[in-house]
Amino acid sequence: MTAALEISQLHKSFGQVKALDGLDLTVAPGQVAGFLGPNGAGKSTTIRVLLGLLRADSGDVSVLGLHPWADAVALHRRLAYVPGDVSLWPNLTGGEAIDLLSRLRGSTGKNRRAELLERFELDPTKKGRTYSKGNRQKVALVAALAADVELLVLDEPTSGLDPLMETVFQECITEAKQAGRSVLLSSHILAEVEKLCDTVTIIRNGRAVRSGTLTELRHLTRTTITATIDREPTELTSAMGVHDLRYDNGAVTFDVDTDQMSTVIRSLGQLGVSSLHSAPPSLEQLFLRQYGDNLIGARS
Amino acid sequence: MNSDLTATGTLVRFALRRDRVKLPIWVGAIGLGMLYAVSALPTVYGTPQARQGRAELMDSPAAVMMSGPGYGLDDYTLGAMITNEMVLYLAIPAAMMSIFLITRHTRAEEETGRAELIRSTVVGRHAAACAALIVALIANAGIAVLTALAMLSGDLAVADSVAVGAGIGLTGLVFASVATITAQLTEHSRAASSLAMAAVGAAFLLRAVGDVSQPGGNLLSWLSPLAWTQQTRAFVDLRWWPLLLPLALCAVTVAIGYAVSGRRDVGAGLIPPRLGRAHAAPSLSTSFGLALRQQRVSLISWAAGLLIFAVPTGSLSDSVTESIANNPQVGEVFTANGQNPLDGFYATMALFFALLVGAFAVISVLRLRSEERTGHAEAALATSVSRTRWYFSWFGFTALASAVLLALSGLGVGIGAASGDAGAETIVKVGIGTLAYFPAVAVVAALAAALFGFSPGASALAWIVVAYAVLFGMFGALLDLPSAVSDLSPFAHTTALPLTDLPLTPLGVLTLLAAALALAGAAAFRRRDLEST
Repeated sequence: MTAALEISQLHKSFGQVKALDGLDLTVAPGQVAGFLGPNGAGKSTTIRVLLGLLRADSGDVSVLGLHPWADAVALHRRLAYVPGDVSLWPNLTGGEAIDLLSRLRGSTGKNRRAELLERFELDPTKKGRTYSKGNRQKVALVAALAADVELLVLDEPTSGLDPLMETVFQECITEAKQAGRSVLLSSHILAEVEKLCDTVTIIRNGRAVRSGTLTELRHLTRTTITATIDREPTELTSAMGVHDLRYDNGAVTFDVDTDQMSTVIRSLGQLGVSSLHSAPPSLEQLFLRQYGDNLIGARS
Repeated sequence: MNSDLTATGTLVRFALRRDRVKLPIWVGAIGLGMLYAVSALPTVYGTPQARQGRAELMDSPAAVMMSGPGYGLDDYTLGAMITNEMVLYLAIPAAMMSIFLITRHTRAEEETGRAELIRSTVVGRHAAACAALIVALIANAGIAVLTALAMLSGDLAVADSVAVGAGIGLTGLVFASVATITAQLTEHSRAASSLAMAAVGAAFLLRAVGDVSQPGGNLLSWLSPLAWTQQTRAFVDLRWWPLLLPLALCAVTVAIGYAVSGRRDVGAGLIPPRLGRAHAAPSLSTSFGLALRQQRVSLISWAAGLLIFAVPTGSLSDSVTESIANNPQVGEVFTANGQNPLDGFYATMALFFALLVGAFAVISVLRLRSEERTGHAEAALATSVSRTRWYFSWFGFTALASAVLLALSGLGVGIGAASGDAGAETIVKVGIGTLAYFPAVAVVAALAAALFGFSPGASALAWIVVAYAVLFGMFGALLDLPSAVSDLSPFAHTTALPLTDLPLTPLGVLTLLAAALALAGAAAFRRRDLEST
């Protein structure tokens, strides 16, 4: 079976600015693929090329076996898209916008529409201009998720949603996957990608820097622990799964692999913890740790 | 200092920085318009006899409608001629500039949410509106100074030149203050400027009807801010007090605007938003349906506005006949062109309405650009709508709506005329005669669409063609321009009235040209990147 989406050596420049610089990306059919990168990495540009809204300077792009620029109409009948910054027609209601987009696509999922409106707690009678950012995003999500399509292209779809709605969104994506749909999910939130995606591609400065299954990228999903303890953490320095430990006058900071978490926490507990803070590493931190400063510098 | 006005000075500098290209173009173009009139008119009308000939022509109701109250027609000096014929067409652009300026810096800022960002800093409640008014004051002062200097360069009387220049600037300022109110009524900047432009249209109509009804104007004329500059009787028998009227009106409207602005929320209009339908109507299923839905209100307002204009205009045809009976010389001028004087009147009106519809067509095509810039085009084009289809849906609406508006204005003039002594056949005749301008309007619309196809930023350049057509359509005869110059306007070739000899070749050529331009635009649009937000 052909890949749902395949990009190789994609280049795209806007004047002097190189937005994409030899990007490779593959999404297998029926899989949820995470597309991860910091702001300005080229995620949205890639997605716009995938939709035939932008023309690639060079490189091969194939979506559902079609060429996005030449076969845009045939392709768009089989996919649905949620833009990162949803802009609705100010004088149309959310319900009207959902219907319009479905009709323009040529597929209407009437039953799913009502169900999704309820799950996302969206009032379809409000005018587009009166919706908040999160609600505008819900309108686009309902329109896309209700569609009977093979591929969902989602550009940072949860950036305006509250945690409750994020959960609803995650359920919907899981259902879409069970229904056999392929999903490209762009995000800058590592945790979201971890929960939903089978494979992850990390993009920076217009090219893929890492790509693989989540297990292959497990080392990227370390948690940063900061704690105040009574004694020096000598046992921890040599413990399995502990990285980059720093200790300074009662305050310890280190990263821990997810699969070693319980063992490490147990040893930490014996050190007399008086405060504890844990956080998933930010993308920027990861990049710094993984690739050093030369990549950060490469942006300029 | 009142804390409601904190940071006004900073916002004024900010607005001037943002408009550093726009405003000098508007102000400079209006100044140049006056300079051109002052330098060209003495060559065209070098002798008193030539000027008197012009004066007799300006005595007809159709001419009065399009010019002024006719002070000084018995001794038509250069100054009197400028005040009577040019002032209106310099004051209207000043009003437009002011309306767009105020809307751009108040309602548009609130609509985009940028005002929220500004207002969260140390900025007073009224600072933005006040800054916009100060910028309008600066721009209109520039217009007043430049137009007055232009007149002085033609050795015209100092006091009268200053009065006319000040009058034009004050007219701009009046409509700036009107716009501060309309900007608060709706949440939409487009609706806000349309409402204010409707006020300009109403002022034009009031002055036209008033001045036609009575030489020197009657009460209706005095109700129109566009009339006040001419009512100074500059270069004939100067009086200053009519210039107090715009000052008083500005004070009143600004006070109202401030009172209203103190009562409403940032971003909100006085007309509250309502809930709508949960499901889209069946008509909202295609790109064309969307184009129609988005421009429905605009089309209805234009249709209503044009009809309100056209019917009273048509009803003037009796006074045209009358004035020819009283003054055979006026009739001779028209018959010299091989036209029945009444047909000449209808033809002038048909051109006038066709130019207005041309403006509608450009505004409507520019919706393509705003759909793209707001990201709405991206949403539509990510569905199974092809670029060609999307483009022609919106363009098709513009073409169709333009045809409807042309037919309505023609029918309106005809109905007005038929309500008097003209026969019912006039309705059909003027209707067809106005509709004959459709290919010319289509060329303008297609040019705008073609420019959009190549680059969305370029589409506004189509305004140049409209401005050119207005300039040479309305002033070609006054300035006695060579036909090679006037003929560049698409509107110069399709005068169909009195329908004895339809200009079939130019109609065909213009239609083909419009089709070619529209297709070229579609081809270019298919090949370029979509601009993203």
